[in-house]
Amino acid sequence: MRSEGSRLSAALKQMRRHPTIPFGATVLVAMVAIAIFAPLLGTIDPTATSLARRLREPSAQFIFGTDMLGRDLYSRVLYGARISLLVGFSVAVFSSIGGLFLGLIAGFIKRVDVVVMRVMDGLMSIPSMLLAIALMALTKGSVINVIVALTIVEIPRVTRLVRSTVLSLREQPYVEAAIAAGASTPRIIVRHILPNSLSPLIVQATYICAAAMVTEAVLSFIGAGTPPITPSWGNIMAEGRTLWQLKFYIVLIPAAFLSATVLAVNLLGDGLRDALDPRRIY
Amino acid sequence: MLAYIVKRILATIPVMLVVALTVFSLLFLAPGDPATMIAGDQASAADIDRIRQSLGLDQSFLVQFGSWLWRLAHFDLGNSVFTGQPVTSLMAERVGPTLSVMLLTLILSIAIAVPLGVVAAWKSGSWIDRAIMSVSVVGFSVPLFVVGYILAWVFALKLQWLPPQGYTPLSEGVGPWLQRLILPAITLGFVYIVLIARITRASMLEVLQQDYVRTARAKGLGPRKVLFLHALKNGAVPVITVIGIGFAALIGGTVVTETVFTIPGMGRLTVDAILRRDYPVIQGLVLVFSFVYVLVNLAVDLIYTLVDPRIRY
Repeated sequence: MRSEGSRLSAALKQMRRHPTIPFGATVLVAMVAIAIFAPLLGTIDPTATSLARRLREPSAQFIFGTDMLGRDLYSRVLYGARISLLVGFSVAVFSSIGGLFLGLIAGFIKRVDVVVMRVMDGLMSIPSMLLAIALMALTKGSVINVIVALTIVEIPRVTRLVRSTVLSLREQPYVEAAIAAGASTPRIIVRHILPNSLSPLIVQATYICAAAMVTEAVLSFIGAGTPPITPSWGNIMAEGRTLWQLKFYIVLIPAAFLSATVLAVNLLGDGLRDALDPRRIY
Repeated sequence: MLAYIVKRILATIPVMLVVALTVFSLLFLAPGDPATMIAGDQASAADIDRIRQSLGLDQSFLVQFGSWLWRLAHFDLGNSVFTGQPVTSLMAERVGPTLSVMLLTLILSIAIAVPLGVVAAWKSGSWIDRAIMSVSVVGFSVPLFVVGYILAWVFALKLQWLPPQGYTPLSEGVGPWLQRLILPAITLGFVYIVLIARITRASMLEVLQQDYVRTARAKGLGPRKVLFLHALKNGAVPVITVIGIGFAALIGGTVVTETVFTIPGMGRLTVDAILRRDYPVIQGLVLVFSFVYVLVNLAVDLIYTLVDPRIRY
């Protein structure tokens, strides 16, 4: 058993080896803080319109300017962080859980495997953006529906990942030994399969988080995502769409926030992928 | 060889059936009653029932799926709820711009990404490699519509080198056609370029360590010949794979790109259909795009056998 101190120094060593982890984590934590503390950061009501202050360029009073309804963009962008992060995290968690469940079942029960994997193949043959659009067309635009739709879109990839891990682990001598020793299937799953599928799953989840944030913005941008009443980065950009040649900042500012957040999550994922892969030697 | 090709082509049929079933289920689950929608506001309950019967909407799921497949086999995707036009003719009107953008994107992306990946692998660890890899992480993270707007803002509004939006058909000359396609193609190709360049680099890094590459170098071949004649040919399979898989991103991307650059293609049609809840059109588009994706990956599998004679299933 390693002491707390050596574990901490091991963690620090990993950070130094993979500098993208602390960088990504810092930006991400900052965004989460912005989302949580949005009401305390000098914002006003993000939905308050005012005809008197329409389309003001960024200035000391409105540091990000105002949109065509006179709403304060600084407030809207800060509150918009909530939607992006909520969608990103929720989809990452739900699709990981769903994919883990389906992947484990498919990996262990042959009869279910055939059916589940055919359905997953079918879903994966539909380009993910179009599947998301088609699912959103079925329901009315709401944040929860976006989360459900994107979870359905991402589950096949997680299922395939978990299933392939299960299939390769089952061939490992130590798992065969456990089976031979009479260990029950639940015990093999908990003791051997789960711990070994966790790292690829965590890495996959970060990439899903990033992809979901982008897709939410795209769906909102084309009018099939978060309803226009809720400020989200995609919505703000959609509203700036008709005016982009004159008032580019309406598109550019939420775009910069979205890109920075997605970049942070991707860097975190890249760092974790390298740090969690025991085969990589530096 | 021929047996393999036939087997591979036949293998796409069940995949396409599953896709068709999935897409059909989506429409089947769609809220709202199509019969009520077609009948209009003035219709009586008896009228709606008659329409429902004539459309076969009172039948079971499997019967409806069967007759839908039958019509599909005759290229009948139903009519738009909004305009009443057949979905197939709506798509035929819009296919030109989308094909143009996609084709140019494909050519541009491969022409840019493969050399970038080869150079990054050859100069692995150098500043060129690190620069290409850093840009590629950023490329993954900046959403397509952001790339589109920034390109349009810089090259169309500020520098005024290219028109900002719109589409000119090929029939009006190659010059004007190409001029309006360059920015959309670069926008759409951005992620694709990153994807292909990264895989090319990874594949080349592996191939460059092989004995035959050392032999080629030892016998005095120049780096260009070694890289492109010996190494790239052997490292091509993963690159071709990712070109096929990445095609899904290309299809999804046309929806956004055509919206940003106001191109009247199938992507734009998708967005219009969503806003109008025009389910038959949405269904038709998702189905056609998915079939194209399946066919592209079929083509990729067949190209493998040409590139690498060892591959047989």
